Amino acid sequence: MPLLSVRREPPARYRWLLWVLAFSLPLAVWSAVSYVPWLWHPQVVVTDPGSVSWIQPGLRLERADFTKEVATAKSSGLTPPSGNPANPLYLPAPHEVGRALYTAFTTPPRLRGDKWLHESIVISIKTIFYGFILSSIFAIPLGIACGSFPALSRMTEPFVDFVRYMPAPAFGALMVAIFGIHLEPKVAIVFLGTFFTQVLITAGTVRRVDPALVEAAQTLGAKRAHLVRRVILPASLPDLYNDTRILIGCAWTYLVVAEVVGVSSGITFFINQQAKYRNFDNVYAAILIIGFIGLVTDQLLSFIGARLFGWKLTRRSRTRTFLGWLFSPRDVLYFPGKPTT
Amino acid sequence: MVKNSDTPSAPTPPPVAASPLPQSPAVAARFAALHARPVILEAEHLTCEFDSERGRVTALRDINVRIHRREIVCVIGPSGCGKSTFARVIAGLQPVSAGQILVDGQPVTAPGPDRGMVFQGYTLFPWLTLAQNVRFGLDMQGRAENTADAEARQWLDLVGLGKFADSFPHQLSGGMKQRVAIARALAAGPKILLMDEPFGALDPNTRAQMQTHLMEIWRNVDITIVFITHDMDEAILLADRILVLKAHPGEVLEFLEVPVPRPRSLAQFNTPEFQATRRHLDALIHPAPSAHDPDHAPLPIIRLTQSGDDVE
Repeated sequence: MPLLSVRREPPARYRWLLWVLAFSLPLAVWSAVSYVPWLWHPQVVVTDPGSVSWIQPGLRLERADFTKEVATAKSSGLTPPSGNPANPLYLPAPHEVGRALYTAFTTPPRLRGDKWLHESIVISIKTIFYGFILSSIFAIPLGIACGSFPALSRMTEPFVDFVRYMPAPAFGALMVAIFGIHLEPKVAIVFLGTFFTQVLITAGTVRRVDPALVEAAQTLGAKRAHLVRRVILPASLPDLYNDTRILIGCAWTYLVVAEVVGVSSGITFFINQQAKYRNFDNVYAAILIIGFIGLVTDQLLSFIGARLFGWKLTRRSRTRTFLGWLFSPRDVLYFPGKPTT
Repeated sequence: MVKNSDTPSAPTPPPVAASPLPQSPAVAARFAALHARPVILEAEHLTCEFDSERGRVTALRDINVRIHRREIVCVIGPSGCGKSTFARVIAGLQPVSAGQILVDGQPVTAPGPDRGMVFQGYTLFPWLTLAQNVRFGLDMQGRAENTADAEARQWLDLVGLGKFADSFPHQLSGGMKQRVAIARALAAGPKILLMDEPFGALDPNTRAQMQTHLMEIWRNVDITIVFITHDMDEAILLADRILVLKAHPGEVLEFLEVPVPRPRSLAQFNTPEFQATRRHLDALIHPAPSAHDPDHAPLPIIRLTQSGDDVE
C-alpha cells in the first residue's frame, strides 16, 4: 500500500518512523539554519577588527554593514576586519539550547530575590494546579448538570457563553485589586480562562451520550438521579477525561498571561528575566521545558485513562503499548511449564 | 392534548374482526382461550403526532388494540407506518397526542419497569459486565446486592450466557449482546416486553437462532411480547396475532390471527397455513404495483455492451 493514501492509516512499520520524523524534521530545519553558514546568517561576529578602530572582537554587525566596512578598509589600503557569519542572538543553535537545558538549572539567579529555574517551574505548576483544580471542581459538575437537564443548560449556558468571550487577561487588574499581587490573582486568571470553556465542553460531551442508553435505562426503571449517576456519568466519563486532558493545555496558555499579573512569577518571570539578560538559549530551554511538562502530563494521563476506561477501546496509546510490552509476563521465557490460555 | 378533528369518535370497536384465514379446530380453540385471558395492554384511540424536519407527522392515528396476557403480538407494516413509534409510546418514551395506553388498566404516562424494551441497537451499558448489565433493573428497584447478583446470573444462564457473566459487552457478538439485552429487560420483571426490530441487525443464521431462543424464553416466562418487525416470515413464525399497520398516517389495517399451529419451528415455513398467511400479508402490505410507482417502473436503461456479449 502506498504511504500516502487518502484517509488510510500507513502500514504499522512506518508509524514509528513517522513519529521520529515529526520531531526530527523541525530539528533538522533548525540545525540547517544554525550550522550551514550560507543559510540565512544575516549577521557577522567579528573575530579580528583589522584596522577599523571602532570594531571590537566579538561584535555583531549586520552583514551589509560589515561588507561596507570591509570595502572601505580595502579601498583605503588598510587591513579589512574579518569575522564569521552568525545568526541573531535570538536564534541560538540546537547545541546551545541543549547545553542551556542543563546549565539553566545550574546558573544561580543574577539578582537577590530572583528564583532558580526549578523554583520557577514549581511556582508555575502550583499556579496551574490550583487554578485548574478549582475550575474543574466547579465546572465539571455544572457541565454535567447542564448536559443532563436541558432546562438548566438554557438557563446557564447563554451567560457562560457570553463571559467566555471576555478574555481572561482583561480581568488582570481586577483580580489584583481583589486578590492582591501574589499567587492568588494568577490562580484566579487560570480559573477564569478555563472555567467557562470547561462548562461548555463538559456539557457538550455529556449531551453526546447515546440517547438510546438513557432510554434503555428508563425502561429498566431508572429515574432522574439514577439516570445521571448510573448512566450519563459513566457513559461520558472517558470523554470527560479526554476533555480535561485537552483543557490542561488550555490552562497552560492562560498561565503565561496570568504570571505577568501583579508580581511577575514562575516560568514566565524566568523567561522574561533571561530575555532581558539576552540569554536566549535559556529562554528556549524554559519554553522547551514547558513543552516537556505538557507532553509528559498528557502521556501520563492518557496512560492512566487507557487503564481506567479499557471498555471504551480507544486507540491504544503508544506509551501504554510500550510499557505493556516492557512489563508483560513472558511465559515462554520465565514460566516454561505454565500453560498459556 | 391535541384532539384530531377527523378522528371518528365512535365507541371502541370490537378489537378483532372474524379472522380472514381459515383455522384448524385446535388453533381456533387456542385463540378462544387466548381471548378469554385478561387484557394486559390496551390502546384507546391512540394518536401520536410529532414535529420532524418535514413538518408535522402523524405517526399513529386512532389505534384501538387489546392485547391479552402472554400473547406474542407482532407489529408489521411498511416503513413510515409508525410501528417503532407504537413501541415507544407503550414504553412511555414518546408522548401521545390523543387517546391513551392502558397497561393492566393503568394509563401509561412515563417509562417504567413494568414495560421492558429491547432495542435494535443493543444499548448494553458498555462500562458494566454482563452480570452488572442484567442486574441494572434490579438495582433500580433497590434490591440487595447479593440477591440481585445471583438473580442476574440466573437470567444470564437462562439465555445461555452464564459463563460470560463477568465479560464486557464489547467482547460479545451481536446475537449474544441481544440475548443479554433480553435477559436485562426480563430481569427487571416487566409485564410486557417491547422489542423494536431486535434482530434486524443480525445475520440470517443468528437471527433464526434468536427467534427460536425467544420462543423458548416466552414459553417459560410469564411475559407478553409486542414485537416490531418488517420481516413477514419473522412475524408469522413468532406471533399469535399480527397487527398490520399502513403508512401515512399509521392506522390499523388488520389485526390478524395467525393460523399456524403451535409449537412453532422454522420447519413450518412450507406448510399451507404459513404460506396462506404469507400471501395474505403480502397482499395487504404490498398492493399490486402500479406502473406509475417509481419503485416498480422498468429502468429506462440502454444497452452499453457489445452485441453478442450477453450474460443471460
